[in-house]
Amino acid sequence: MITINFKINGTGKELIVPGTATLLEILREHLYLTGTKEGCGKGECGACTVIFNGKSVNSCLVLAPQVDGCEIITIEGLEKDGELDQIQEAFIEAGAVQCGFCIPGFIMSAKALLMENPQPTREEIKKGISGNLCRCTGYKKIIDAIQLAAEKLRDK
Amino acid sequence: MRIIGKSVNREDAYEKVTGKAPFTDDLSFAGMLYAKVKRSSFPHAKLLRVDTSKAKALTGVHDIATSNEIPGKNLVHVVIDDQPLLADGLVKYIGEPIAVVAAETPEIAEEACELIDVEYDELPAILDPLKSRGEDSVKIYGEDNIFAHHKIRKGDIEQGFEQADIILENTYRTPYQEHAYLETQGMVAVPRFGGAIDIHGSMQCPFYVQQTVSDILGLSLNKVRVIQMRTGGAFGGKEDVPSLVGGQAALSAYRTQRPVKLIYTREEDIISMSKRHPGWIRYKTGMTREGELTAVEIEFIFDSGAYSTLSSIVLWRGIVHSVGPYNVPNVKVDAYAVATNKVPCGAFRGFGSPQVIFAGETQMNELADKLGMDPVDLRRKNILRVGDRTATGQLLDHSVGIGKTLEAACGKADWMRKKEEYSKDTGETRRGIGLSTIFYGVGLGAGGKHLAKTGAYVQVLKDCTVQFAVGTTEMGQGMRTVLTQIVAEQLGVSYRQVFMMETDTSRVPDSGPTVASRATVMSGNALIEACKPIKQTMLKTAAKLLNSRPEYLEFSGEEIMLQKEPKAKVAVTQVIEECHNNNENMASEGWFVAPTTSWNAELGQGKAYFAYSWATNVAEVEVDTKTYEVKVLSITAAHDMGKAINPTQVEGQIEGGSLQGMGYGLMEEVLTENGRIINPNFSTYIIPTALDTPEVVPLIVEEPFEDGPYGAKGFGEQPLMGIAPAVTAAISDAIGVKLHELPATPERIMDALKRKGEGK
Repeated sequence: MITINFKINGTGKELIVPGTATLLEILREHLYLTGTKEGCGKGECGACTVIFNGKSVNSCLVLAPQVDGCEIITIEGLEKDGELDQIQEAFIEAGAVQCGFCIPGFIMSAKALLMENPQPTREEIKKGISGNLCRCTGYKKIIDAIQLAAEKLRDK
Repeated sequence: MRIIGKSVNREDAYEKVTGKAPFTDDLSFAGMLYAKVKRSSFPHAKLLRVDTSKAKALTGVHDIATSNEIPGKNLVHVVIDDQPLLADGLVKYIGEPIAVVAAETPEIAEEACELIDVEYDELPAILDPLKSRGEDSVKIYGEDNIFAHHKIRKGDIEQGFEQADIILENTYRTPYQEHAYLETQGMVAVPRFGGAIDIHGSMQCPFYVQQTVSDILGLSLNKVRVIQMRTGGAFGGKEDVPSLVGGQAALSAYRTQRPVKLIYTREEDIISMSKRHPGWIRYKTGMTREGELTAVEIEFIFDSGAYSTLSSIVLWRGIVHSVGPYNVPNVKVDAYAVATNKVPCGAFRGFGSPQVIFAGETQMNELADKLGMDPVDLRRKNILRVGDRTATGQLLDHSVGIGKTLEAACGKADWMRKKEEYSKDTGETRRGIGLSTIFYGVGLGAGGKHLAKTGAYVQVLKDCTVQFAVGTTEMGQGMRTVLTQIVAEQLGVSYRQVFMMETDTSRVPDSGPTVASRATVMSGNALIEACKPIKQTMLKTAAKLLNSRPEYLEFSGEEIMLQKEPKAKVAVTQVIEECHNNNENMASEGWFVAPTTSWNAELGQGKAYFAYSWATNVAEVEVDTKTYEVKVLSITAAHDMGKAINPTQVEGQIEGGSLQGMGYGLMEEVLTENGRIINPNFSTYIIPTALDTPEVVPLIVEEPFEDGPYGAKGFGEQPLMGIAPAVTAAISDAIGVKLHELPATPERIMDALKRKGEGK
């Protein structure tokens, strides 16, 4: 067991967890933040994507010791005072959601992309979400949603 | 209409974009244990000994159940009763379940599985479906390894070929396809008072899970309640197999009297859950010089795996769709579902049709080539129209939109100009364009008549909101949204006032499975039935308020008004309040049975389905002539679904299905070696990513179906079904190669070119 200190969705946390625990396990099983999903457990599907020190990562590939001293944002951290993030709004409006299992991961990848590049081209969006798999939508409306979110950001 | 035909936002979008939507693995209960399944390592072997003593001794292990510990029947009922929940003395595929462990953590359960000592006596296995029927093959099912044989006999096949000026005969092969839903299979079983049990899980068919849990535990159906959680994709892959997962979780929960969670790993899911049947198809087509079809003769074999599961009805849908949406006077089809020592195949979007559609549409495209005729013109000559009969002899009396989809897709894609333009490409990359025309029998059809029913429950509450329940499920396809729109439209309330309760076997009677693109038609109609008595009550009450008679009134938007005097009206909300004040019953049930179908199994003739949806796909590709890599530039897909109740959701189905179909055509292939799946993860089983997406142009054609809710027909499966042959036709158009095997990987394209003598 190890003790880790980190910031999760803006709040400081101290936890005692097994050293072999993944960030995904820490989120889901220790913090009950179940919005982050496990699709493969091997970093192949992107369903567990979170923002880790400003970059998108597969949380199933991050181990507990790496979490110490870091700042993490999950899907639960986007809605503020009952107001959705523009990306979340855009996903609803563009019809980008079907089964929804992959969606938290896509939104976190989109968030990381727009934090770094607020006005991406369609090709840059495709590249930014190429580590996330979706089997329902064919990606078109997800790409549309991220474009729409970028427009909302610009007009803000 | 206020809400029907409008692209309202999805009813469940908010909870899904915030991560609040509860999927199975998000559930937990006090005292919950975790289950793991011990699986077979051999494709065919006797189980000499299953020793669980070491595993039981492990700290934290609460229970280990083998087939001996099943209190009821060791059976997963689907069609033919040949599949056990846990292997009993014999295993027939790698990954077959042998024992279920329940422990305090998933890690302990996994360790215990490894400690279970299984002694096998390996038997010879049958792995090649083409050898399964042979006289000297190992027998693993009955006397001939044949789960099912279906046929069609129409007209005189020999005469049909005599009338032909040109005969084309080819053999086609199609691969396993993995559903790759993002959420793996999972169930949580919770023991309840009175010896009852609740099952929460990811599934398409709660009533199937209910039956299996009842059989396994020896419990009557009234003590098994199945509640569907949010389901992270299914595509047919959560039709029958969740019964295995549910049965396993239920067995552990029942024995330990503790809640038990069972979530499959991705690898476990891919090796042991159902797949699209690999197909071998011999297809012979006769045509006149003018391009009229005279005869079609088909023999096809589906590699069905170790147990029969849904193969018989998958094969049946396969034969009905095998001839395509064309007028063919003489038809002979023989199809076989054969047993092999591999993972059982089952339902996958299209359900036995994409295999034969690939063959049939490739035949049409190659025949057009041979005749020097444009493939669009060849379709125009042969497609079914109102008044025509299908290959099974069914008269089409209305709602035949194939011609409109053909013109819409080819017009939008600018077929003639592109065909001409692409033929001039001479560089290192060449472009090409290809098409497919297809149809889809809506609902279970004559092959599943006994399940063709649905129930619904609707209640209008005193705060003027509405809640409803149905027996069909939401798996991402948008059913909740579409049904919410139907109820809101029916009752004169706003979309936001209506809420669908989760699907639960205790809320409505057995409504059959959520498969065969049937939910909108079946549950939509049952809901309309359920709304009828409530609307009657509302009209009666409104009549009193307006000093009129119910028969003079009608619903108009969110008001009820006098037909002849629109100014005399009352708000629906006021009427609802008045109904509650008067102690009226504002809840009702609805029931809908599908329109009649019929089938003569000897001749393969009859009214196979109550309605058909139709589609045309045009694919444009760019082929690198050095590497044979294919880039799909665009897919223009026109679909007739009768009525688009929510056009954005319809587009979503077309876009997603098209990409899944493109994956089937170009890249997806489950590989086996000695019966073992060797690519059970997403780094080796490749599905399309955002970088692979072509421009998908969805087009909506509406030829209303008179028995459908607001004219709607089902169509969710159809977007996948015809993409592969359109893409391979486009590759063929680009570089002149004939492709008879899927997926059309660069290696296969190179091989096909070599065979043609043009390869490098």
